[in-house]
Amino acid sequence: MLAYILRRLWQMVPTLFGVMLLLFILFNWVGGDPSYILAGKSFSAETLANIRHQLGLDKSLPEQFLIFVQQVLTLDFGTSWSTQQPVADILGSRIGPSLTLALPMLLVSLLLSVIIAAIVAYVRGSLTDRIVTLICTLAMSVSALVYIIAGQYWLAHKLGWFPILGWSDSLATNLWLYVPLPLLLGLVVSLAPDIRFYRSCFVEEMNHDYVRTARAKGLSEQVIMLKHVMRNALIPVVTSLMMSLPYLFLGALLLERFFGIPGMGNEVLNAVDRSDFPVIKAITIYVALATMLFNLLADIVYKLIDPRVQLK
Amino acid sequence: MTSQTTLLADDASCPASRSLWQLGWQRLRRDRIGLTALWVVLAFVLLALAGWLGLAGSHWRDEVAKPNMPPALFKDYGPATVELTAADIDAAQQHNTSAADASAATGMSAEDDPLAADMAAAQTQAAKAAPLAVTPANDSLLILGSDSRGRDVLQKVIQGTATSLLVGLSGALLAILIGTLLGALSGYFGRRVDDLLMWFYSVFTSVPDMLLLLAFSAVMSRGIDTVIMVMALTSWTGTYRLMRAEFMKHKGREYVQAADAIGASHRSRMFRHILPNVTHLLLVQFSILTVALIKYEAILSFLGFGVGVSQTSWGAMLAEAPAELLQGYWWQMAAVTLFMSLLVTAFSMLTDSLRDALDPKVK
Repeated sequence: MLAYILRRLWQMVPTLFGVMLLLFILFNWVGGDPSYILAGKSFSAETLANIRHQLGLDKSLPEQFLIFVQQVLTLDFGTSWSTQQPVADILGSRIGPSLTLALPMLLVSLLLSVIIAAIVAYVRGSLTDRIVTLICTLAMSVSALVYIIAGQYWLAHKLGWFPILGWSDSLATNLWLYVPLPLLLGLVVSLAPDIRFYRSCFVEEMNHDYVRTARAKGLSEQVIMLKHVMRNALIPVVTSLMMSLPYLFLGALLLERFFGIPGMGNEVLNAVDRSDFPVIKAITIYVALATMLFNLLADIVYKLIDPRVQLK
Repeated sequence: MTSQTTLLADDASCPASRSLWQLGWQRLRRDRIGLTALWVVLAFVLLALAGWLGLAGSHWRDEVAKPNMPPALFKDYGPATVELTAADIDAAQQHNTSAADASAATGMSAEDDPLAADMAAAQTQAAKAAPLAVTPANDSLLILGSDSRGRDVLQKVIQGTATSLLVGLSGALLAILIGTLLGALSGYFGRRVDDLLMWFYSVFTSVPDMLLLLAFSAVMSRGIDTVIMVMALTSWTGTYRLMRAEFMKHKGREYVQAADAIGASHRSRMFRHILPNVTHLLLVQFSILTVALIKYEAILSFLGFGVGVSQTSWGAMLAEAPAELLQGYWWQMAAVTLFMSLLVTAFSMLTDSLRDALDPKVK
């Protein structure tokens, strides 16, 4: 097991190198010379040269790449171009709000969708099943933007049930006051595809022979569903859950933008808006690292819930 | 493949065997939902084609009506608009002049005001220019109403359909091309080539799509060609994975060995022998990708990283929606939602039907 983990960690090195290379090509080569953006309106040749020197742009490309590699290895991405804050500080202050929204959303969405999917799969072929499937198909066809715009307008503006947007410093106030509406709208967007996917996982498991055997043995339906089917159907569920975990760090981009939540997603959008390359680079590196680690974790969790899985 | 079919067809006892495509088309024709979805999608493609050729929706920039006019069918459901009469305007002007008099009493006189002469000149100029402003055809009703600048929402939504479909279809096509080429090389040659391309793949998959899209659009100029390119560069990975597995599976099959025996080159074996046997998977992949890219385009354009300002798309139209909705003008959002959901639903159903129809295991 340990050898496996170590080998997988070792395999991440070339991938991370590739991500760095991609970012370097994008931002240092395709992105062009950022010193004009930084100099603002009143620039002279001297300021431009000065800025280029500060950013290390007067060095050759390989040397610049080495600087970037050094930044990644020390996880020190310098300061933001637009606010001059250290990038680490910015990201540190943004991760909290993102998690405050994304973590409850992930948990509630997972619970609800697995339960509804299990029920619907159990009564598959019935009217309930067909209605739920139809609603899911229709719900998936509407853009996430429409749900958020309409939800914010009706529930917050017209009916006044929730604040339209906002964020505070206290976790309790946030959870109590500012999180519910984005959470609800996030659920509306994510439930439909999740239910459909999990339903198909459950239905596939329920067609297996072992379910018939269990029934023939005289086991109760609850035991069959909860003990036999659920455990097997959870494997794809765990995969999709693990795949969605890196997105926790990225936050719910659109929701954060609409509801003024100062999280990572909002920060990415602002950074792209202001061409704040160090912030984009740092967030991309962190999210890539998180993705690789969670992929590894997913494989390990597989092994734990399904003894048949061989790690190689 | 073809020679075998003719041989069989010559044999009278054996009916001519049909290709997978013929069988698939036959199955699709029997599938009523799939066929309806196909017609809806084709109708949208025709509409988009008309949009690209300038036959429909090319006048979307023209201000043809009063701003924010509700759709014809829902004439009375818009927010109550107060028609200003001449008397109202007179009253307002009188109020204005009295207010101006009051300020003039406390302020400086016309002689002291250095701008007085210029202002008077400007006012006469403005008076000359004013009647020239074309009064739009006020009474004409628009089926889908008008937006805040008096543009026809129907024209806009047609133009938006054209843009969104162009981005979706060509982005998906490019992504399929990249994915197939790399997947074929990787699966067919294996070893070093596979290692290198797998590394490439792992780099692109370790960054979430949306973040990669934003990173690309941060460094590139904005416009429709950039959007298409960025989407192709970020969404080829699924196709690559699929094609790699297929080519690995097929390269050891007997028909490929036979092709090798008659001296077919690597290229011919890859693209003339194996590729036609996996194209049905690509068609399904293509329609899945198109739907995904249409949704992505809406979000990107909404955030302002999508199509440029001189073009409109569903996302760009939705970006106007929040401000309009606050004043009660709901029809632009409704129109976009209607068009987009119809297309996305039809496309998803078509995908499901295609997958069933082209599945070689189903008889």
